[in-house]
Amino acid sequence: MLRRYVKPVVVVALLLPWFWLGYLVYLETLQTGSGLGADPVEGLLHYLGEWSMIVLLCAFSVTPLSRQFKWPALIRSRRLIGLSAFSFVLVHSVVFAIFYAELQLQILLREVLERPYITLGMASLMILTLLSLTSTRGWQRRLGKSWKRLHQWVYLAVPLALLHLLWLRKDGYDDVAIYTLWAVVMAAERLYVWRKRQRQDQKAVL
Amino acid sequence: MLIRNPDSILGSEITPESVYQSRRQFMTAGALGLASLGLPFGASASLQQDDEITPENIVTQYNNFYEFGTGKEDPAAYAHEMTIDPWSVEVSGAANKTGTFAFEDIIKGLDVEERVYRFRCVEAWSMVVPWMGIPLKDILAQFEPMGNAKFVEFKTLYRPDEMRGQKGFFSSIDWPYLEGLRMDEANHPLSLMVTGLYGKDLPNQNGAPWRLMVPWKYGFKSIKSIVSIRFTEREPINTWKQLQASEYGFYANVNPAVSHPRWSQASERRLPSSLFNVNRRPTLPFNGYADEVAHLYAGMDLRKYY
Repeated sequence: MLRRYVKPVVVVALLLPWFWLGYLVYLETLQTGSGLGADPVEGLLHYLGEWSMIVLLCAFSVTPLSRQFKWPALIRSRRLIGLSAFSFVLVHSVVFAIFYAELQLQILLREVLERPYITLGMASLMILTLLSLTSTRGWQRRLGKSWKRLHQWVYLAVPLALLHLLWLRKDGYDDVAIYTLWAVVMAAERLYVWRKRQRQDQKAVL
Repeated sequence: MLIRNPDSILGSEITPESVYQSRRQFMTAGALGLASLGLPFGASASLQQDDEITPENIVTQYNNFYEFGTGKEDPAAYAHEMTIDPWSVEVSGAANKTGTFAFEDIIKGLDVEERVYRFRCVEAWSMVVPWMGIPLKDILAQFEPMGNAKFVEFKTLYRPDEMRGQKGFFSSIDWPYLEGLRMDEANHPLSLMVTGLYGKDLPNQNGAPWRLMVPWKYGFKSIKSIVSIRFTEREPINTWKQLQASEYGFYANVNPAVSHPRWSQASERRLPSSLFNVNRRPTLPFNGYADEVAHLYAGMDLRKYY
């Protein structure tokens, strides 16, 4: 019974930060600085960046959580959460391109090449773009076994995003520490399961 | 002991808000306005036609004061926890008059002036602020610096119980905050020790009871809530340089030609900025005060001494 509600709840949860952003932008139209702060361009970029990180980590947590809590219904929302993370990353990047690179390819290229933290963010964006494009059932079928290998690139996209955040900070790493711990726990679960399987396989061989 | 706050007879009491507002418009109308008000050069010399004074609520609610947290809203939220009365200042080093002084004794008898300065943060945003303050040279002269005093070092209050940012576990800053100036920079007429803004007492989040304002340098040089002044022969360390010397130097002169390694300094977002009008403008060498201060750095490679 409860399973039926998993997806709708996930959808609503994923939409909440967008609605909140809409409300903040609405406040900005009423009075500058009232929604996104005195430097709203910066505020918008950071809001989107922060939610990119959070939702990406949520997507990264689906498999371990559904495995540990024996809750397969969650897996069916994995693509949705992943695509939602990508939407934040994409809009975050577009905001950067519009407001910071001023829609000039030359500035954008220079920033990506000259600033390592932007290079890392860009690399993460590229990976997530590829994963999003190939997230459909059609691509799953077409790629067969290599689909899983391809989507393991998320193991690179997450640390790249974390480094991107760490590198752009001047000081104050509280949230970076929390995100990193979150990612490490979810990665540790995978490592643990992987090693357990290996041991079992070895036993089976013997 | 009776401690009078000299600030209380200044600012808003002398200048009614309405008069103040109209004078503001007058001042932004052009450099001439200030000259005719009898203010010294520098207060007006480098204001440009399109320099509009940043609204007070932005100046007092959008701050970098990491002692209260790294968020821009943190200082306005938590700086009231800092006790600023009584406030004593330790003066040490190469000067004839050293020791511990009460803040109000140091500024007693010195004239407070209003100066409208452009303020450029190293993070590429900027404001235009009507500061109230005393020329730094007038304050330093009281302590009779000796000939071998080539630099002056300032230190911010260290009081973790009242400054929650100093307790942060995931922070790399080695408190207390330190800054320094070369003596000729400190004695420059533009260098101001700020005790107020907008004709009012300086709010805690802006560095009460007094903070430096060196308008041709990035904002982090303008150290807040100062408790120590030390005259020294050698260049003192400053906090941001200590944290990341490849990104923040001792001089930190505003320079559009030298990028911060992580972002360009060629332009700035003048606050208030909005999503619909970012208000981006080119950053000027020495924040537009080149005519007044460039000679201080004659012959220096500003790429090396950033």
